[in-house]
Amino acid sequence: MISLYTLILGIALLLIGIYAMLTRKNLMKIVIGFSIADTGTHIIIVSLGYLRGKTAPVIDAAVSVSNAVREVVDPVPSALVLTAIVIGLAVTAVMLSFIVEMYKKNKSLSIDDYQELKW
Amino acid sequence: MIPIIIIGLGIIMIAAAFAAIYFKSLLASIITAGVISLLASVIYLILGSPDVAMTEASIGSGLTTVIFLFALHRVRKGNSDD
Amino acid sequence: MIKNVAVLIAVIGLVAIFLPIISGFQERDELNELAAQYVEGSINELRVPNVVTSVIVTYRGLDTLGEVTVLFLATVGVGLILKGKKEDRIKISASELLETTSSVLVAMIMVLGIYIFTHGHLTPGGGFQGGVVIASGFLLLLLSNVSLKMNHSIMHFVESLSGVAYVAIGVAGIVLTVGFLNPEVLPLGKFGNLLSAGAVPVIYSLIGIKVGSELTSILVTMGGEK
Repeated sequence: MISLYTLILGIALLLIGIYAMLTRKNLMKIVIGFSIADTGTHIIIVSLGYLRGKTAPVIDAAVSVSNAVREVVDPVPSALVLTAIVIGLAVTAVMLSFIVEMYKKNKSLSIDDYQELKW
Repeated sequence: MIPIIIIGLGIIMIAAAFAAIYFKSLLASIITAGVISLLASVIYLILGSPDVAMTEASIGSGLTTVIFLFALHRVRKGNSDD
Repeated sequence: MIKNVAVLIAVIGLVAIFLPIISGFQERDELNELAAQYVEGSINELRVPNVVTSVIVTYRGLDTLGEVTVLFLATVGVGLILKGKKEDRIKISASELLETTSSVLVAMIMVLGIYIFTHGHLTPGGGFQGGVVIASGFLLLLLSNVSLKMNHSIMHFVESLSGVAYVAIGVAGIVLTVGFLNPEVLPLGKFGNLLSAGAVPVIYSLIGIKVGSELTSILVTMGGEK
C-alpha cells in the first residue's frame, strides 16, 4: 500500500505546483511553483516503480546474487528520475538568470509589469 | 509503521507547499521549498531508491536553494526596502 | 474573474485526469520483463552490483550523453544571459567561523565527492551525486573567500576534456566491441571489486568531473564572477 500513498502525495504536490504557477504574480513564486511540481512528478515516477516488500536494486549483503530478480525494485524509474533531477536544477538556473536580467531592465518582479505579450 | 511515517511526511510536505506559495517573504518561501525536497528524499529512501534519495538531498535541497538565494540577492540589491 | 474561472477549470480537469490513475492503481509484485533483463544482465554480463548505475551508464548510455549535453547547454545559457559584471559580485564578508572551518572542510568534501563517483558501480551514488558534492565544495570556497577568482578557462577545459573522453570511450566501443558505449572495452574483472565492470567506473568518473565543473560554473556565474 506504500506506493499508493506516495502516488497520491506526488499528484497533490504536482497540482499545488501547477496552481501556484497559474495564480501567483511574483516571478520567483512561479519558479518555486515549478520546483514543487518537479518534485511531485519525480515522486509519481518513483512510486510507479515500487514493488511490494522489495529492496533497493544494489547487490550487497541484503540481496543474494542468484535470486536478485525476485528481491529488488524496478531500477529503470530510479535511473530516469536521477537524470531528471539534474536537468531540473539546470532549467531552474536558466529561469532564474532570465528573472535577474528582466529585473535589471524593468526593476519589477511582478508579472503584471511584463504585458508585451498579453492578449 | 511505514504507512504512518509516509502519511506524516506527506502532511508536512503539503503544508510546506502551501506555505511556500502563500508566505509574504520570498526568503521564507525558498527555504520552505527546500524543506519539501529534503523530506522527498526520505520518501525515495522508503521506496527503495537510495540513488535518487542522495541526488534529491544534495541537489533539490542543497544547490537549488543556493541558486535561488543567489538570484534573490542579485534581485534585492538596489531596493533594500523589501 | 475570467482568469480565476480558467484556473479553476484547469485544476479540476487535471484532478479528473489523475483520478483514474489513483483508483486503478495496483501495487506490482514482480518486475516486468525489461527490468528483469536489466537486473540479470547487470549482474551476469557487466558485473555491476548497482543496477541503477548499469542502466544509466550502459543500457541507457545514450540518454545520459544527451542529458549531460543539456546540462552543458544550460551552463552556456546561464553564462550568456548573466554576463558577469564586477558590481554584481556578492560582497558579504565571511565570518571567522566560516573561513576557519572551510579551510579544513573543503579538502574532505572533495575527497567525499571523488569517493562517491569512483564507487558509483558498487554502492548507491555515482557521477551525478559526486559531481554535486564537488560543486558544493567549490561553493564553500566561493562563500568563504570573497576575493577568490575562479578561472573559467580551466573549468571549461576540464569540462570539455571529460566530455571528449566520454565520447571517445563510446566510439572505442563501436570499434573494439559490438556497439556504442559498450563497457567491455576494458576487462570486466571480478564482481564487486573497485577495478571491475569494464569501462563503467571510468565513464561514471568522467560524468562526475563534467557535472562538477558545469555546476561550479553555474554557481560562479549566478554568484557574480570576478
